[in-house]
Amino acid sequence: MQVHAPAPTEEEIRGVVMPLASLEGPLLPMLHALQDAWGYVPQEAVPVLADILNLGRAEVHGVISFYHDFRDHPAGRHVLKLCRAEACQSMGGHALAESTLQRLGIGWHGTTPNGAVTVEPVYCLGLCACAPAAMVDGRVVGRVDDARMDRILSEVGA
Amino acid sequence: MKIFVPLDSAAKALGADEVAEAIARAAVARDLDVQLVRNGTRGMVWLEPLVEVETPEGRIGYGNVTSDQAADLLDGRLNSLGRVEDIDWFARQTRLTFARCGLIDPLDLDDYAAHGGLVGLRRAMDMTRAGIVQEVLDSGLRGRGGAGFPTGIKWKTVAEAEASQKYIVCNADEGDSGTFADRMIIEGDPFSLIEGMAIAGLGVGATRGYVYLRSEYPDAIAILTQAVKIARQRGLLGPDVLGSGRAFDMEVRTGAGAYVCGEETSLLNSLEGRRGTVRAKPPLPALQGFLGQPTVVNNVISLATVPVIFERGARHYADFGLGRSRGTVTLQIAGNVKRGGLFETAFGMTLGEVVNDIGGGTASGRPVKAVQVGGPLGAYMPVSKFDTPMGYEEFDRQGGLIGHAGLVVFDDTADMLRMARFAMEFCAIESCGKCTPCRIGAVRGVETIDRIAQGDAAAIPLLTDLCETMRDGSLCALGGFTPFPVMSALTHFPDDFATLQEAAE
Repeated sequence: MQVHAPAPTEEEIRGVVMPLASLEGPLLPMLHALQDAWGYVPQEAVPVLADILNLGRAEVHGVISFYHDFRDHPAGRHVLKLCRAEACQSMGGHALAESTLQRLGIGWHGTTPNGAVTVEPVYCLGLCACAPAAMVDGRVVGRVDDARMDRILSEVGA
Repeated sequence: MKIFVPLDSAAKALGADEVAEAIARAAVARDLDVQLVRNGTRGMVWLEPLVEVETPEGRIGYGNVTSDQAADLLDGRLNSLGRVEDIDWFARQTRLTFARCGLIDPLDLDDYAAHGGLVGLRRAMDMTRAGIVQEVLDSGLRGRGGAGFPTGIKWKTVAEAEASQKYIVCNADEGDSGTFADRMIIEGDPFSLIEGMAIAGLGVGATRGYVYLRSEYPDAIAILTQAVKIARQRGLLGPDVLGSGRAFDMEVRTGAGAYVCGEETSLLNSLEGRRGTVRAKPPLPALQGFLGQPTVVNNVISLATVPVIFERGARHYADFGLGRSRGTVTLQIAGNVKRGGLFETAFGMTLGEVVNDIGGGTASGRPVKAVQVGGPLGAYMPVSKFDTPMGYEEFDRQGGLIGHAGLVVFDDTADMLRMARFAMEFCAIESCGKCTPCRIGAVRGVETIDRIAQGDAAAIPLLTDLCETMRDGSLCALGGFTPFPVMSALTHFPDDFATLQEAAE
């Protein structure tokens, strides 16, 4: 993810989303494609999407802001998702999350000062029989204890 | 030498990829001809990574394998669990929906066909639309997503609707904590879902399908996308499904982290590219669903069960079960439990048997305090209700719900006031905002529970009243069912709601 990359141009945005324009219900696939390309959904994309899909800008903004997945600014170089749901709580997930955030000195959705890692809450990774669970850049980790968390954090350079 | 190492997310989360790599390396070092197959999981998450070695006696299992045991495994120095089929936890199941999961390479269509796959679809191809719908009705299959609505009735409505385009939409937005059956079948046997959707398409006259799959499941997305591609190449999907002269094709769509999109009407809005707000019913999605067209919206497990119903016949499926809950239930045993995983069995086993007998009690070794059944909107069942049989009506009568059949076990360290507060907080975060009882009620619910925590006993009747309003006045199950965990916690564990007050007295 390009933390200090310049804002994308309209041409670049169109290049990413236009191949999806013929889908039925194309907006979510387009937003995912934008986030895949830039690590977040750039503000500059709102008028472009509104134009392509014949929607109001407010409508496009409303869709982006509805979903937890879409970021309006870049995340750190790595994203660590910690599950907060009940199954993980039953195995000490709450304490694990608290101690992890405290160690990194950030809150939920925060990024470490060195830009290494952003920590996000997630409600269920479907790893409920090997809780507590985490996901590092799309890679799943189960039965996370302090030792496993140490290893994760050192891997991402936090 | 054929060795199986699961590729399921839960197995990977416990090191299966590292184990597979280590086995491959050790095989090269020994100059052994090893065929490494990445299968789905057998569902015994407590044994993952569960490595299997094919022998003339059958597939021999090795549980909780670590990468540094790879050499011992190949040299025959590792203690085995014996044949996987003979492991008690596995042998006690009735695996219909999950019959192939863990057995085959999930992306090998020939392996799929060699294990009963496509038999159901070929049979459906020779049936009339009405005949297909009748078969599903006769099987007694009810929606496995949570509501338990008869699948056949949904199909009948869509089949009888007149429209130029109809759709099959698979709800794979499995957001409930304690549930992972959808993920497991998609990762372990994706063709069963594709076949089920194709049969649904033939039955109701729909030519297009979508799977709305949550973004929290990247491995499942990758596997299903690949499976759809293979199915298209092999003519299972496309303009002429297996030479039937009838068309059906499908696409995988990724959700975006909104829990409420597991509700069928918000899912449809999301699929159309809108905010995932709930739609008022009527109109039913069966008549005006995706893009206003007649749409079957079914859960993954419902659709993935359709092939086996057509393979073995509705009668065979309906012969399992209890009362109006026919067939098998895919129990997902999770949380603080010794032997967690997916256990498929006929409806009717009691909650206590599942938790203690199958699950082996808590992982922590402490006494069980509560079991939340049916996800974050399900009731906390106390040990005193452990004789409740697993069945839709049976749970309803006990003030609970089966939902997607996930069970989350808690030991006696659980603070039920905190769990009730979490239920309200979760509802507040995830509310789509369409209706007031849910949007505002959940926020007030958190505040009211905080008052109780501070010793304000007058807030208890207020919470009860609020829960009634949410239950009766909400548009969908999110606001309507959040009172289940809250009120069950309050009713069955009053001590947790009276701590400060008692201390003051």
